[in-house]
Amino acid sequence: MSRRRPVTKPWVVRDYIKCSGCRLCEIACSMKHEGRIWPEASRVRVFMLVPGAEVPHLCAQCSYYPCISSCPSEALYKNEDTGAVIVDDEKCIACGACINACPGQIPHMHPEGGRVVICDLCGGEPECAKICERAGYGALFKGTRSSSVNYDLYAKNPEEITKNLAINLYGERGEELSE
Amino acid sequence: MTLGYNGKIAEVDLTEGKVSEYWPDEKILKDYVGGRGLGVKILWDKLGGKWRSVDPLGPENLLLALTGPLTGYVSGTRICVTGKSPLSNGIVGSTASGEFPLELKTAGYDGVIVTGRAENPVYLLITDDGAEIRDASKLWGMDGKETIKTLNREIRELLKERNPSFGLWKEPGMIYTGPAGENLVRNAAVMEKWSHACGYGGYGAVMGSKNLKALVAKGTGPLPEIAHPELLQALLDETYDAAFGNPQRNFWGTGAMGYSTGAQSSAEPVRNWQEEWHDERSIGVINFETRNWVKRYWSDYGCTRACMKLAVVKTGPFKGAITDNPDYELQAYCGTNLGIYDPDGVVYMSSVIDDLGHSGINGANTIGFAAELFQRGILNKEDLDGIEPVWGDAKAMGEMAYLIAERRAMGDILAEGTYRAAKAISEIKGVDAMQYAVHFKGIEVGAHGIRTGKHSPYLGYALSVQGGDHTSRPRPPMSEARSTMGDTMVVCTMGVPRLENIIWRYLKVVTGWELSQEDWINVNGRRIVQIQRAVILLGGPDVVWDPEIDDDNPPRWYEPLPSGPFKGSAPDRATLMEERKTAYADLGWDSRGIPSSKELRKLGLHDVDEVLEQLRT
Repeated sequence: MSRRRPVTKPWVVRDYIKCSGCRLCEIACSMKHEGRIWPEASRVRVFMLVPGAEVPHLCAQCSYYPCISSCPSEALYKNEDTGAVIVDDEKCIACGACINACPGQIPHMHPEGGRVVICDLCGGEPECAKICERAGYGALFKGTRSSSVNYDLYAKNPEEITKNLAINLYGERGEELSE
Repeated sequence: MTLGYNGKIAEVDLTEGKVSEYWPDEKILKDYVGGRGLGVKILWDKLGGKWRSVDPLGPENLLLALTGPLTGYVSGTRICVTGKSPLSNGIVGSTASGEFPLELKTAGYDGVIVTGRAENPVYLLITDDGAEIRDASKLWGMDGKETIKTLNREIRELLKERNPSFGLWKEPGMIYTGPAGENLVRNAAVMEKWSHACGYGGYGAVMGSKNLKALVAKGTGPLPEIAHPELLQALLDETYDAAFGNPQRNFWGTGAMGYSTGAQSSAEPVRNWQEEWHDERSIGVINFETRNWVKRYWSDYGCTRACMKLAVVKTGPFKGAITDNPDYELQAYCGTNLGIYDPDGVVYMSSVIDDLGHSGINGANTIGFAAELFQRGILNKEDLDGIEPVWGDAKAMGEMAYLIAERRAMGDILAEGTYRAAKAISEIKGVDAMQYAVHFKGIEVGAHGIRTGKHSPYLGYALSVQGGDHTSRPRPPMSEARSTMGDTMVVCTMGVPRLENIIWRYLKVVTGWELSQEDWINVNGRRIVQIQRAVILLGGPDVVWDPEIDDDNPPRWYEPLPSGPFKGSAPDRATLMEERKTAYADLGWDSRGIPSSKELRKLGLHDVDEVLEQLRT
């Protein structure tokens, strides 16, 4: 019999309205994955399309993994322990199919080119959530996937999230600012 | 290549429409590092020999936007904007937080130098592919919120077109000027985000004079290579522990001071400094936080402080007004200084100032000055195109901000800043308006009074090389060198507790250089101050300051405080003039306030010494 899988999988809970825009998550992510500060190589990117309506944008681990099924070179696979999408850099041909397949257009190319980057949940201990909790903002924090929540809904385009947040913060003025 | 730097400053000649690259040698970098220090050095080298004849609003002036090697590392990443100031005719290192410096750095640049004047409105776009001058005709006249919205959309579409396979493009970072700067309002700010301002110095007007709407950057690269990458994470962790250790520190930002600086300290401008005390509990921070703040912690890239708060007016005549905080300075200048004590009114006034690209301190100082002239019957509503700026009337004060930004009626004169407006109005009206002008060497003063003698040195502003700038004042034993550190490293001095203990370690990890706080106070910082003193004394072309007269407080600050716990308090001018002699010696200046030959040569500033000879004879 194979090793028992953990019952719960981690998820980075995102409480957008609490995001301060400090982008310490991008610093932490790029330090972890690149060994240096490199915001555009970070697997979480904070979109600031309307000031105040900051959107930390990262993989939501959809239940049906449209990115994986769209990949023509079998470069993407699911880590069974964490549920994260793992990119095989050797196999990735940087075609962008996964970006277009993602309902939130979340993956993006590594700035060096040649491969896509997607959140790997840091193997179950996401650094972005750690720093945000440490800073006391709690815009990102580590939770566990629950069957009562549909996480697919979080694979959402940052423009749409921004518009909602802008209206939430600024009311009617938010409509105009997020046009 | 020098570690911590990209090794590239974009040099843009708007007259010729050309972009090239500039890079100083390593010795200059080691001495002057970046931001204010490097800006002062570049300005001196390029313009020092002909300083007095350079018109700050002419094509010959330079507009610099500089980062430093610590950009992106030390909490509170800022950009330093500088040039010859149209207010002081000297140099101000004017900084603001935001995303622009990080984007510039990740696009492979350390700064931008702009010279000349474009024929039509333009903006500069900097990406991984280089710097390009682009048409800004449709942006001209736009307020801050429209400018950001339009440029975000335009640049994201452009980058998508150029790199369709990248995935979603984030927004660029930018600094820009609002309608006030476009119309050469002399104390206009260079803006970042909606509400962050490089406020002191009048560099918004310098951008306007160059037909330059914005500097915009979007980079995708990493920060440049550093000397000791293996030590970086530990230093970041130490910073985080220090910064997050006291949650209350970040809770109110500086906004908590709006009530206490007036009610307890008596050091807050009230109705153009006629008083410095108030007991208006209505502007207590609890009202802003419960009524207006929609986000308690609001930051820019890399910030560990989040002193900014997002404020919105939700109801009433000012519904829809948005600003940050307002922080202490704007609660004071857009609140108490204009007699506005209603939180919605203060948020509204701050938002009008932001939108127009006025400086919240400097522009609002001029509005307060005008309101006092109105109170005294020196200006009437005909002068002001029908506006009656009665203390406390936020709507009328907002209209004044438009009058000045659009240079309508007497707004055309007020647009020259408080000092120059006072001179002109004195002549036009046959009165002494200068007694109501609260400025130092043309730079309207920050919202921190001195008259109680308890909170600030009496001669701090009078001897500052940045005039009324509250962030750069000599402190006893009289030295302004300490104040140059934050602007030169281009970091926020409030982001990290005990910054002076940690910053030199960051500098070593990033650049490999060994520099100490002591070196900074005695040599590097002092050198920057002496060059700034030299150029502010050279001045010109429209005004030359006389240390005998201008190294002094404005007349208003010798009037005894009329109210509050420090009622009757004011400095004694004769005593201060005696103290000034000692201060000059501490500062390395001769008995007439000119940096001494010995001091300049000791710092290796022989060229500055030679130019100053003309003032000594």
